[in-house]
Formats: sequence, structure tokens, C-alpha cells
Amino acid sequence: MTSLENANPLVFQRSKERAILPEEEDDNVIDKIDSREVFDMIRGINDPEHPLTLEELNVLEESKVTVNDDDNSVHIFFTPTIPHCSMATLIGLAIRVKLLRVLPARFKVDVELTPGSHTSDVAINKQLADKERVAAALENAHLLNVVNQCLGGRAK
Amino acid sequence: MATLQEVCSLSAHDKRAWCVAWNPTGTLLASSGGDKLIKVWGKEGDNWVCKSILADAHTRTVRSLGWSPCGNYLASASFDATVAVWSKKGGEFECIATLEGHENEVKAVTWSCTGSLLATCSRDKSVWIWEVTDNEEFECASVLSVHSQDVKHVRWHPHKEVLASCSYDDTLRLFREDNDDWCCFSTLKSHASTVWSLTFDKTGSRIASCSDDKTVKIWQEYEPGNPEGVATKDNEATWKCVCTLGGYHQRTIYDIDWSHVNGDIVTAGGDDTIRVFREDGGSDKNQPSFSLVASVRNAHSQDVNSVMWNPAVEGLLASCSDDGVVKIWKVAEQV
Repeated sequence: MTSLENANPLVFQRSKERAILPEEEDDNVIDKIDSREVFDMIRGINDPEHPLTLEELNVLEESKVTVNDDDNSVHIFFTPTIPHCSMATLIGLAIRVKLLRVLPARFKVDVELTPGSHTSDVAINKQLADKERVAAALENAHLLNVVNQCLGGRAK
Repeated sequence: MATLQEVCSLSAHDKRAWCVAWNPTGTLLASSGGDKLIKVWGKEGDNWVCKSILADAHTRTVRSLGWSPCGNYLASASFDATVAVWSKKGGEFECIATLEGHENEVKAVTWSCTGSLLATCSRDKSVWIWEVTDNEEFECASVLSVHSQDVKHVRWHPHKEVLASCSYDDTLRLFREDNDDWCCFSTLKSHASTVWSLTFDKTGSRIASCSDDKTVKIWQEYEPGNPEGVATKDNEATWKCVCTLGGYHQRTIYDIDWSHVNGDIVTAGGDDTIRVFREDGGSDKNQPSFSLVASVRNAHSQDVNSVMWNPAVEGLLASCSDDGVVKIWKVAEQV
């Protein structure tokens, strides 16, 4: 890539691994999906521009993941590093696709830009919420490849 | 009040099921989906069984289906940018034409009441009108580029050559032929987000539309010189939103169908719920009121994408979902 939109992004510390509680190993306890679990599913997604994860760039934060297991709903706010980021739609799509693949199908997922974080937030949110557009995008081999690269996980 | 009873559940598609469409006599149900297949279902004894599988015409999701009024043709619209026309001869379906022209995903296809016109719409923002010739050929009669975003759905007036479309640009548009060319004569604005689908009532003087704004809107036509005194322009009928049904669906409403048998309206959407609305007795045409008479939560385990009333049997309807399942339901009145 010749020129990066945001050449020197602020890099944040990764959060520690989730501590496993004794009840989680007890098969008799109904283990509901919580926000930390959903955050863990998506925090390792690669940024399309930098060799960094969305967590390290603070695009995703656990506090902006809301999960209601009883209601089957997941809501995520993501924050691009710069307010005119042209990758915002792609990042949102990658988050959606990751959750589509790993969450049980009963969940309704909403992925939106953090209010005020992007100059075209309304248009991008509308596009990300349109499941027909998302479905069609995922039938596009080139786009799917780009999304898969974000989801590929990097070498440790 | 009434209840919706499940008549049958068919594991129809391995991926998302996008569309269900009854043939005009209500004896066959076609379904399509992300598996690129079209399946035609019919009743054998008490069971609904798959009679035909139509494959190999499309390379991507089959989004929408439309039967010709004579029931001898089925058109399928696909994300692969084409529309296929299938001819049913002696129970077998044969692909007789592929309509090319849209730049990308075709989202809906529908036949006019006489069967002589076909309309399609696409993410390329255009609506195409095709003329059907006597020897089963299809010629593009017009390309209408008035929407500013994806066109989600098209439907013909039940007995006139008037076409309605709805779009990601939050509007509905009405088209008719004028001096050999097709033109948009009305724009219906009131929804606050994408209008996913629309349906005419039996008379064609009303439209119901459903949207990402989670509401249903009822639009009434007012002809020039109407007794209500609603202003019209250029001797053209005015369409006015006379009713908004909100507070029912919790997520996007993907489809709506107005029964021409008994006037009930069915809606379905992203909250996995199917709802049936009925106009109240003595409701004023200019300010109609509708009540929810039946609903099923978790009608499917995922989003419900398409619903359609059986055109012959009162209260019978079909639905399909992201879960790949096609279901048939019966509205049972509670005495």
C-alpha cells in the first residue's frame, strides 16, 4: 500500500485473557453469552490497513459491546481511528461477518459507528444494517477475500 | 381475534430462503434462496411436497420470484444480475429466456395483470419494463432511473398498467405509460428509512408499504375532482399516506402482502414474527384504522424474508426465512 490514511495511529494495550470461573466449567450451569465473550470473538480482527487488531487500535472496546442473551441481541459500536476513514464500511462488514460465523443464529446483531466518530455515520450505518446488501457483498469473491484477510488472524 | 396455525414446515433451502410465491390458482408454491435454487411445492394428499427443483439458471442467490397471471411462466430474479423465465409445460419447467441488462443484483420481478409486461428492479437504482412478445420473447421497453438508491421491490397495479416501486432512498414511485414512453407520475414520501416492500389492495386504489423504520403505511389514491377535496396536480391522481401502523414489529419489516380474498394484511420481518392486520369495521377510508388480529412470535428461528397470501384459499399464507425453512400457515378465527 503506497499511502496510509492514518500513518501513525495510536496503539492501545490489548486486554488480558478472560479469567475462567469455576462455574463455567460446570456443565450444569447455564452459561449465557456476555459482552466479554462477544468482545473476545471480534477483538482479534485485523485492521485492513495496519498489522494491528481492532482492539489495539481502540476501534473496538468491551464497554461498547452490549449483549442481551435472553433477548438474543448483540449491539456493537465501533470507532474508526479517523473521522473520514474510508475503511469504516469494510471494518463494520468484517465485524458483522465474524459474528455471523461464530454466534448462534438466534442472535440479532447490530453493528454501528460510535455516534460522532465518522463524517458519514448515518449512510454507513444504513448500509451495514441492510442485510440484502451484506448478503450480496459476501457473494462477491473479491470483497469476501478482503473480509477474510481481516478475519484471518495474524501470526503471533 | 384470530390465531395463526402452522399447516406445514418444509426444509426448503440449505441457505437463506428469500422468497415464496403462490401460482395464481394457489395450487403451487415456489420458493428460492441463497442456495441458487428454485423449488416448486405442491400438495399430495395432506402433505406439501417438492415437485420440481429448478437449478443451473443462476450463479448467485435467487432473490425473487413472480408467476405470470396465466400460471404458465415463472420468472426468477437473481443477485447474478439476470432474470430467468421458466415455462411450465406438462409439469416440467424449462428455462426459455434469460433477461440481461441490469448492472448488478436484481431484487424483484413481477408480471402485469395481462401478462404482457414484466418489471424488474436492481441495486443499480433502475427499474426495467419488458414487453412480452407473442413468441415468448422479451424486449426492454423502458429503463427508469428515478430512484437515487437500490430499488428493493416492484409490484403492478391489480388491473391497470401502473407500476409501483420502493427503494433504499426511503420513497415509493408510481409509473405509467405516457405517449409511448414510461414515466414516473408520483413519488410517495413518508417513510424514515428503506422501504422494503409494497402491495396493492384488490381495488388498486390503496397501497400498503413496509420499511426499515419498523412501520407499515397505507396510501390512498385521490383522483382529480375527488369528493374529499384533496388537491391534485396536472390532472394526475394524488397518493396520500392515510395511516401509519407502528409499535408492532421490533425490527425491519421485510415483506407485506394484502389479501385480495378477504382484505387482511400480513407482514413479516427481522423480529422473526408474522403479523396479520385487519381494517376495523366502519373505518373511514380517509383515516382508516387497522387492528392486529393475529401474530406468531418466533414464527421462524431467524428473520422472515417473504410472506404471501394464497390467492384462492382464504386465510392461507406462506412464509420463508433466513433459517432456510418455508412454512404454510392458516388464520383460524376464534369464535
